[in-house]
Amino acid sequence: MKILVPVKRVPDPTQKTKIKDNAIDLTGASWIVNTFDEYAVETALRLLENGESNTRTGGEVVTVTLGPDDAAKELRTTLAMGADRAIHVVTDDKDIDSLAVVKVLQAIIEAEKPDLVLMGKQAVDGDANQVGQMLAGKLGWPQATFAATIEKVADGFVVGREVDGGVEYKKVPSPAIVTVDLRIVAGHSVKNGVTPATFAYQGEGARLPSLKGIMAAKKKPLDSKKIADFGVGAPAIREVGVTLPPARAAGQIVADIPTLVAKLANDAKAI
Amino acid sequence: MGNVLAICEYSGAALRSSALSNLSFARAAATAHGGEVIIALIGAGANAASGHAAKYAGKVIVVEDGALEHYLAESYAPIIARLAKDNGASIVTATATSLGKDVMPRVAALLDAGMASDISKLEGSNKFVRPILAGNAYSTVEISTPIICVTVRQSEFEPAGEAGGAGTVSTAPVGEINLFGASFVRAETQKSDRPDLGDAKVVVAGGRGMKNGENFKVLEQLADLLGAAMGASRAATDAGMVPADWQVGQTGKIVAPNLYFAVAISGAIQHLAGMKGSKTIVAINKNKDEPIFQVADYGVVMEWEKAVPELISEIKKVKASR
Ligand SMILES: Cc1cc2nc3c(=O)[nH]c(=O)nc-3n(C[C@@H](O)[C@H](O)[C@H](O)COP(=O)(O)OP(=O)(O)OC[C@H]3O[C@@H](n4cnc5c(N)ncnc54)[C@H](O)[C@@H]3O)c2cc1C
Ligand SMILES: Cc1cc2nc3c(=O)[nH]c(=O)nc-3n(C[C@H](O)[C@H](O)[C@H](O)COP(=O)(O)OP(=O)(O)OC[C@H]3O[C@@H](n4cnc5c(N)ncnc54)[C@H](O)[C@@H]3O)c2cc1C
Repeated sequence: MKILVPVKRVPDPTQKTKIKDNAIDLTGASWIVNTFDEYAVETALRLLENGESNTRTGGEVVTVTLGPDDAAKELRTTLAMGADRAIHVVTDDKDIDSLAVVKVLQAIIEAEKPDLVLMGKQAVDGDANQVGQMLAGKLGWPQATFAATIEKVADGFVVGREVDGGVEYKKVPSPAIVTVDLRIVAGHSVKNGVTPATFAYQGEGARLPSLKGIMAAKKKPLDSKKIADFGVGAPAIREVGVTLPPARAAGQIVADIPTLVAKLANDAKAI
Repeated sequence: MGNVLAICEYSGAALRSSALSNLSFARAAATAHGGEVIIALIGAGANAASGHAAKYAGKVIVVEDGALEHYLAESYAPIIARLAKDNGASIVTATATSLGKDVMPRVAALLDAGMASDISKLEGSNKFVRPILAGNAYSTVEISTPIICVTVRQSEFEPAGEAGGAGTVSTAPVGEINLFGASFVRAETQKSDRPDLGDAKVVVAGGRGMKNGENFKVLEQLADLLGAAMGASRAATDAGMVPADWQVGQTGKIVAPNLYFAVAISGAIQHLAGMKGSKTIVAINKNKDEPIFQVADYGVVMEWEKAVPELISEIKKVKASR
């Protein structure tokens, strides 16, 4: 099984948000792989291994990013986690909108012909939550978004989707687009028919690259392409301004519960 | 310039309250675009809600078919795209519920439309303000495609009132359905008598410090006393203490109630992103240095084991004295 994972680099969310020239100031920012995409890489690896014996059972994981030269670093991170090869479409973030990202990813998917595209449900910088669904629409593929669980079955995948009010199970054939939610990295979320059902992955998120993984990643193929080769036009979506939200007025620590309830009743009129 | 097609979710014979926020955006967009609001009701039981919907717009289109018994993006998206084209829509909009978020970008792809997700404000006919970076900034985007797809953040738009008068109701055929092999398997839903997180005037949320699901019972007592919805942090939902759809935050539900209780929640930026629009925030935490106290209007430094039962009895006293 060949799995393609689009990944986006995002500014480390623990940094303070600053604005310069009517845009987010990213000078000197440190970057990470979007957490949901890291989870998608983890999911791809879990689908292709025996988790209990920690051995790959075959298949291929290809990661793809659109981003500036520096974004190669985040691709190397995915290779160090265990992806097999990577494709880097070099572009300035300012020159692409979601329509451009979709157009380029569509072309790459049509050329690579993966059995499954796994990706994050949202990039935690733009918080748009749209690229996966758009890709599915453009490709004419089925989609299963917000996946908390995924099970490989004979003729496709059964995905447990986190929806308002609970979990909805949806079956999609291969190939399909699956976007992952946070719970996909829980111990029993990925079932591939190889890893024993009794086995639970430990830890809170995706695997950290091992030293061996980091060394191996240096030799794995990383194919660099130019955005100009994809016929992407000028962005139809432009960011024209950015503002910071108003700060909340400072609150107070109250001494005890009766004081709290009195303030809620009399000052805030909230109860 | 054109009409605004508002995809509205319903429950039985009534529009959902989340749909009313979509309609208040839709009205503003229709004014900006010099067109009218057209409500689309889609699904196996859609017609039942048409009478209620007609109170909110001049035109309601119903697409009802047994084949639509279970929502699937694959069947809904082409219907919405066709309705948009047939009705001269320049804006297609839905609330950013799990359905809206799932289907609307797929519609955008079918219409070659630019999309603004989870917006908080309309600023001119094709400019939209949307929160980015976990709500730490607002970005204004301008979209130049002839049709624009939008999802609306429920907590940022007041529910629309009735328009006064009754709109016309018509039906449109479901058309040919191609599911691309996808199928609905089953749903595991939790039935609850509490209000939806998105609608609730009061939310009681618990975090990792609650330690287990059983301990949430005392928070549920507080919630029932106040007619509140239940919420939780990611740490509590990930640990399986409570259902995943209770998660409040950047990547969960965004809420802005009158009153929000954060109990044993530290206040990570991802959590704050989902609740810092609340009018009054109360934090109960045993550690006075936690970031939650920086957004709380009222903070109590105490263990929940002591604080919450006392809170329940004090609120009962206040209620009894009224
Ligand atoms: C400095 C800067 C300036 C920008 N200016 C603009 C602007 O003017 N207008 C504008 O519309 N956007 C702008 N963007 C954002 C734009 O470049 C986004 O990449 C694009 O809109 C798609 O990401 P999203 O956040 O919408 O993705 P989402 O829909 O939230 O992402 C979902 C998934 O899509 C995949 N994905 C998203 N982006 C990529 C990518 N680049 N490579 C590989 N996979 C990806 C990932 O798997 C991700 O988890 C800017 C970004 C930066 C950093
Ligand atoms: C991509 C991504 C997306 C995320 N999205 C979300 C999201 O949408 N929503 C979300 O909530 N988080 C989200 N998170 C997780 C977030 O970063 C935090 O890890 C999480 O919010 C922490 O939950 P918590 O406050 O319950 O736990 P902790 O940070 O562990 O805090 C527990 C708190 O309980 C207090 N406590 C312990 N015992 C007691 C007691 N007896 N009485 C009173 N207080 C006590 C402690 O002092 C502490 O403050 C996301 C993270 C990532 C990486």
